[in-house]
Amino acid sequence: MRPAGRGPLESLYFHYPHFSARPVPELDGQTITHPVAIVGGGPVGMTAALALARYGIRSVLLDRKPTFNDGSRATCIARASYHIFEQIGAVAPFLAKSLGWRRGRSFFRGREIYRFDMPHSDDEKYLPMYNLQQQYLEQYLWDAVARSPLIDARWESEVSAIAEQPDGVRLRIETPLGAYPLTAQYVLAADGARSAVRGLLGLRLQGENYEGRYVIADVRMEHDYPTERRALFDPASNPGGTVLIHKQPDNIWRVDYQLRDGESAEAAVEEANIRARVGAILKDIGHDKPWELEWWSIYTANTLCLDDYTHGRTIFIGDSAHIVPIFGVRGLNNGLADAFNIGWKLGYVLGGQAGAGLLDSYTPERRGATLDVFANASKSARFMTPPTRGVALMRAAVLSLALRHDFVRRFVDPRLMVPYTYRETLGETARRRDSEFSGGAVAGSACVNAHLADGSYLLDHVGTGFAGLYFSDGAPLDPALAARLGALDPRFTLVTIAAPGAAAPAGAIADPHGTVSRRLAAGPGSFYLLRPDMHVAGRWRRLEATEVTDVLALALGRSQGRTG
Amino acid sequence: MTTMPFEDLERAYDDLAAAIDRVGPSGEALLLAKLALLLAQRLDGIATFRESLAVALEDLPVAG
Ligand SMILES: Cc1cc2nc3c(=O)[nH]c(=O)nc-3n(C[C@H](O)[C@H](O)[C@H](O)COP(=O)(O)OP(=O)(O)OC[C@H]3O[C@@H](n4cnc5c(N)ncnc54)[C@H](O)[C@@H]3O)c2cc1C
Repeated sequence: MRPAGRGPLESLYFHYPHFSARPVPELDGQTITHPVAIVGGGPVGMTAALALARYGIRSVLLDRKPTFNDGSRATCIARASYHIFEQIGAVAPFLAKSLGWRRGRSFFRGREIYRFDMPHSDDEKYLPMYNLQQQYLEQYLWDAVARSPLIDARWESEVSAIAEQPDGVRLRIETPLGAYPLTAQYVLAADGARSAVRGLLGLRLQGENYEGRYVIADVRMEHDYPTERRALFDPASNPGGTVLIHKQPDNIWRVDYQLRDGESAEAAVEEANIRARVGAILKDIGHDKPWELEWWSIYTANTLCLDDYTHGRTIFIGDSAHIVPIFGVRGLNNGLADAFNIGWKLGYVLGGQAGAGLLDSYTPERRGATLDVFANASKSARFMTPPTRGVALMRAAVLSLALRHDFVRRFVDPRLMVPYTYRETLGETARRRDSEFSGGAVAGSACVNAHLADGSYLLDHVGTGFAGLYFSDGAPLDPALAARLGALDPRFTLVTIAAPGAAAPAGAIADPHGTVSRRLAAGPGSFYLLRPDMHVAGRWRRLEATEVTDVLALALGRSQGRTG
Repeated sequence: MTTMPFEDLERAYDDLAAAIDRVGPSGEALLLAKLALLLAQRLDGIATFRESLAVALEDLPVAG
């Protein structure tokens, strides 16, 4: 919502473009089968379109609105999402505009009780977290979408019906220029929390709703404070409740506060009440200069998701598949990971480089990630808003002890987003070989990065397909194995890392101080197989050629090493 | 496990009673919860804590 007198898209700092529906071949009665139709051009839908384009797959991207989502919504974007933005060719404007951060502080009745530093080192290419208003995020993704010849973006185009067919899906699209049917081999439902596609298919989200209602308000003000997460427990300005404050670009600050028991939602979102509550909080943090109200909204915490993210040839990504509490900033980050996960898989399947069975790994991996988010987020939700007297008392005990004692301070930790480890889709070989390592990047996890002697990063070198990280024992990788891996995945990239301190042969990566082998707990002859999303498909302390080809074949949704 | 001599347990009893009186009804629950967390943290695992909690629950009415 916006202050009286300002329209829904009249922002203090952001100009919303207007996109109109265009004439499309279907309106002239032409029938085209699109490889992929993406319903919803929010952040997740656009990321999926860009991920597919990375693998050469065309898509049509449909959104019912004529512009981006209103208001700021998601603010905190995690490192893993920046890797995705890089992979889809969109990261530069994000880095130029967003505010990176890694610290947080929590206060109880005005006294600091907890401070955290998210893990970070010189080996990481991106910071643990960045703050950026969601409409900038959508703008930057859109700029990349608009550049892509493979994405047919259609605004003011609403999906109103869906019918499964033997070899595809038929949608009905309503536009100001008329309605038309559209057919696609696959549909990605990225149409948000109130997903029309989900409703049309008769599917329901399952899960829990939590106590507690929160208001988020964005204000513009000149306020001097570093970019970090500030959490206020029981502050004078919101007795008994919590407040979160985040800095965003353009002098915009996010204020998130909990409503009191018995406070009505209707009254809470009235402008006068928003101004009074936000004003008190700003005074509490020492801001006595003017401020302007940009936008506000109210939300409750839920952990809801679909039992299966795949329904025939319709696949749910982002908020249409899951609704998570915003504590821990997982809502959007989780959805972006969905989009990239299905993007490369569908890209491989439609490109003929993988069997359709590869798509079966999407639900276990991404629903697994969501359940992990739920576990963390529900702990956070219970801490932020104790649902019973007992929980409230124990929280009060923890906050009181946290004033002086370290051992309870972890209760206050916001459990911010970390990438999920895909254990459920690993085969037996990958699990067994994984256990031979101590340290490094475990099988299924997002591979760790390393800063190289030439200033670049290890993961800059892995290409767009599967990749092998081969820790040379002096000899190059057996060319016959390299050829077999290349035959299984034409995009396969081999990265050879010279032994610590050894001279790097042409094309290999030097590791003068042993950083890369240390980060990956690798020795001479070790081998990591990475997927296109840079998760570890398997790793070997000492390379076993036939196992590597088998694990690659399995990761491509094929049963054996040779053919599909 | 070593147990506290009875004389010390008597002192603990008195100290706790005095502390409860000091904070009064509005603070006693918080005091006891803090104390329980502090003591729990000194145990070497959850088992002893759970056993003690189960014993403490014995013969108490369940809130309606
Ligand atoms: C008020 C609010 C505040 C939030 N705050 C935070 C936060 O602070 N932190 C955080 O991490 N997350 C937050 N979120 C969540 C975050 O914004 C979402 O996770 C994110 O937007 C999900 O992206 P999405 O692309 O899946 O869905 P959406 O962004 O909802 O996009 C769905 C798109 O589908 C389109 N669409 C819907 N139906 C149809 C149809 N029938 N046909 C065609 N198009 C259709 C819509 O127009 C929309 O553009 C917030 C969400 C809301 C609503």
